[in-house]
Amino acid sequence: MHMADALISPAVGGAMWAVSGGLIAYSAKKVREEADDRKVPLMGVLGAFIFAAQMINFSIPATGSSGHLGGGMILSILLGPYAGFLTLASVLTIQALFFADGGLLALGCNMLNMGFFTCFIAYPLIHRRIAGNSTDGKRIMTAALLAGVAGLQLGAFAVVIETLASGISELPFRTFVLLMQPIHLAIGLVEGTVTAGIATLVMNARPEILATAGQEAPAGVSVKKTLLTFGAAAALAAGALSWFASADPDGLEWSMLKTSGKEELESGGRLHGLLDSVQKRTAFLPDYNFRKAETAEPGAGQAWPAVDKGTSAAGLIGGLLTLLLAWIAGLALRRGGVKSLSRYNRP
Amino acid sequence: MNSFAANSFDLGTMDALAAGNTPLHRLDARAKLLVTLLFIVTVVSFEKYSVSALMPFVLYPVFLIAAGDLPAGYILKKALWVSPFALSVGIFNPLLDRQIVLHLGEFGISGGWLSLTSILIRFALTVSAALALVALTGVNAICEALMKWGVPRPFSVQLLFLNRFLSVLAGEAGRMTRARALRGFRKRKMGIGTFVQIAGHLLLRAVDRAERVYRAMLCRGFDGRIRLAGHSHIGGREVFFVTAWGALFALFRLTNLPVELGYLLTRIIE
Amino acid sequence: MNRPIIEAKELCYTYPDGTAALKDISFRIAQGGSVALVGENGAGKSSLLQHFTGCLLPSAGTLSIKGTMVEGKNLKAVRRAVGMLFQNPDDQLFMPTVFDDVAFGLLNTGTPENELETRVMEALGTVGAAHLRARPPYRLSQGEKRAVAIAGVLAMGPDILVMDEPTSGLDPGSRRRLIRLLKTFGHTKVIATHDMDFALETCERAMVIHRGRISADGPARVIFSDKALLERASLEPPRGYGPTGCP
Repeated sequence: MHMADALISPAVGGAMWAVSGGLIAYSAKKVREEADDRKVPLMGVLGAFIFAAQMINFSIPATGSSGHLGGGMILSILLGPYAGFLTLASVLTIQALFFADGGLLALGCNMLNMGFFTCFIAYPLIHRRIAGNSTDGKRIMTAALLAGVAGLQLGAFAVVIETLASGISELPFRTFVLLMQPIHLAIGLVEGTVTAGIATLVMNARPEILATAGQEAPAGVSVKKTLLTFGAAAALAAGALSWFASADPDGLEWSMLKTSGKEELESGGRLHGLLDSVQKRTAFLPDYNFRKAETAEPGAGQAWPAVDKGTSAAGLIGGLLTLLLAWIAGLALRRGGVKSLSRYNRP
Repeated sequence: MNSFAANSFDLGTMDALAAGNTPLHRLDARAKLLVTLLFIVTVVSFEKYSVSALMPFVLYPVFLIAAGDLPAGYILKKALWVSPFALSVGIFNPLLDRQIVLHLGEFGISGGWLSLTSILIRFALTVSAALALVALTGVNAICEALMKWGVPRPFSVQLLFLNRFLSVLAGEAGRMTRARALRGFRKRKMGIGTFVQIAGHLLLRAVDRAERVYRAMLCRGFDGRIRLAGHSHIGGREVFFVTAWGALFALFRLTNLPVELGYLLTRIIE
Repeated sequence: MNRPIIEAKELCYTYPDGTAALKDISFRIAQGGSVALVGENGAGKSSLLQHFTGCLLPSAGTLSIKGTMVEGKNLKAVRRAVGMLFQNPDDQLFMPTVFDDVAFGLLNTGTPENELETRVMEALGTVGAAHLRARPPYRLSQGEKRAVAIAGVLAMGPDILVMDEPTSGLDPGSRRRLIRLLKTFGHTKVIATHDMDFALETCERAMVIHRGRISADGPARVIFSDKALLERASLEPPRGYGPTGCP
């Protein structure tokens, strides 16, 4: 569920960057306070482990599809929430840089969606409370399953909110939620199962690894502190969003109206009809916010002010020409002609 | 298994590319990182039906690829390959937004198709610029730039260590899955139980490795702080690079050059 | 005999889980001496090596390096005197580039920036790896990794070099280069190895470790020609060295 640059607006990307940046700074401070030098290489190697484990695909029973490890939970279990979050954030950063997974602007969103909810909500509030230092297999499994599901549900919901707030996608809120949440229920169960399996294996083979991890963060994270942090983060995000929105009139507010208004337009496609009826039958989240806003926006067509044939044609011709010019500039800049890749890949 | 080969290939290739020696490679990482971030923010700041206005931005990735002597095909292929998520979300736009907003002769193009096109173009632009940045700079130099910008050390050091041990751990994981594939004749895909076993043992080995690395660090006087010798500096070239591209992006953002160009051209034809 | 640079007196080590790894180890090593530690897997060689850098501390008995006891408060001094080469160079090369890795120890000991470049390049030059300075460690061959790891240790200017299986994973050419390099060093050397030919070429003295004890200690040529002794320790004599002393 990597969020992508192409789907978010700068306001949303920037706000999420601010929130995640704050979380990184806070976690870094906490890790520094722990002053456990051993964690420097341990975090690095465990991050590489998550990265490597994510490359291994396995089949999910009864579905035929394949899954992979998210890793936030197991990192929290091994390192505690702060170092766990930093490690997962670093994995996401490397993925964004190397493999363009998600992208640089969406990185803040991804850290929040995949890191914050698992490391700071699901792990301390659910997993630690249920599993504690227990060695009972059932308890460990229950804890991991519940925490896995909760973490992924929250993360998936955040993806929906971020996408809608950006206004690039046309998916209405309810449809998107109905698409995302059930898929991530399955993914969360798988994540929980795998986490429990790995934790049990480590506990049997090398109990001291988990024991030391547990001692370092005896109480985990307090509920109050977490809620306060989250509240502050949300306030910050809201502030940033409104600032951006007011600075850019055709930005956020307009987009939100736009997105929500779409379902009222003539819906012809069969898929849309299907989604629409699914929505109507299973609507569980009130959308009065969006409806109310819609009345202020009489026709979506007006948001595109100039449906002008002249402009359209000029745009198309000019656009193609620009591409051509860029291409020629590229060829001119390149000195040695087209390069073959093999040259770069000496061992 | 293919993903392993491909990913390891990518790790190696990006590093090899970053070891190049063009003026663009030698430019301080901070300048390149800053301009690329500026680029991404500017590109995504356009409203959602923008298509033609995005075109001039192609110049930046094309410049990086050409002046940096990067293999264009490789970067493009990677850019097209990643994130099915963007497409899977964007693909609904044509279904849901059917208002005709653009006429080309007899054809009417709906807003949904236009915004989908816009999403894909944004995607290609941001991804190719980010990939070109890494291929020109290397993750290590980017981490050092972050360190100089005051990103908390536990995080920037973590990035350096992660990058260092990626290929080591990926190699281990690759060998373990290959060993499984060679013995698991009937099942092509790995079950969840096997995955837990492989990942669990990979994890145990990772923890042991971390302990050995820690000892090696202690043996050479590690005291909890990672020090790096300074390699980089900001000079006139960096300032010029940032200012010039900043000005260009502002120009591209504030005027729709392709439309102006198109008007000019149609007028000449008429 | 000079004052020994390394001296162990009835050193014992028991792991936290109760396994006794080292029992009553006593020896002295003179300045400039070269000692091969041989013994089967799990005999206690690596445990003993970890004591030289204070990564493990004796459960009983003492170990002193240059007259300093290896114990908590002296670890800094001990680690400056001893350069440790780990079995797997991937564990030892953790910095982003070869240059940074060699500089790591120097920066930790407060080397001024203007001296850094010279000292790093000097160390890299000694092992013939100056051309690798800008490379990331994961893009080196096994032999190059070994060379760079040695440079990182040499740069710190240690008196004693401790090596754990330095020839493992090396091709014959790299192994030969390593032997030649080690012969040029004047440091006191302690080398744990299964490569008996290598031990014979680089060390004048050999200690056989068997089940946590020293079962033999003497000139390498004598130890390696004692077939019965080697067999008891699950070892084989060097291939280039029969009982008669001729191949």
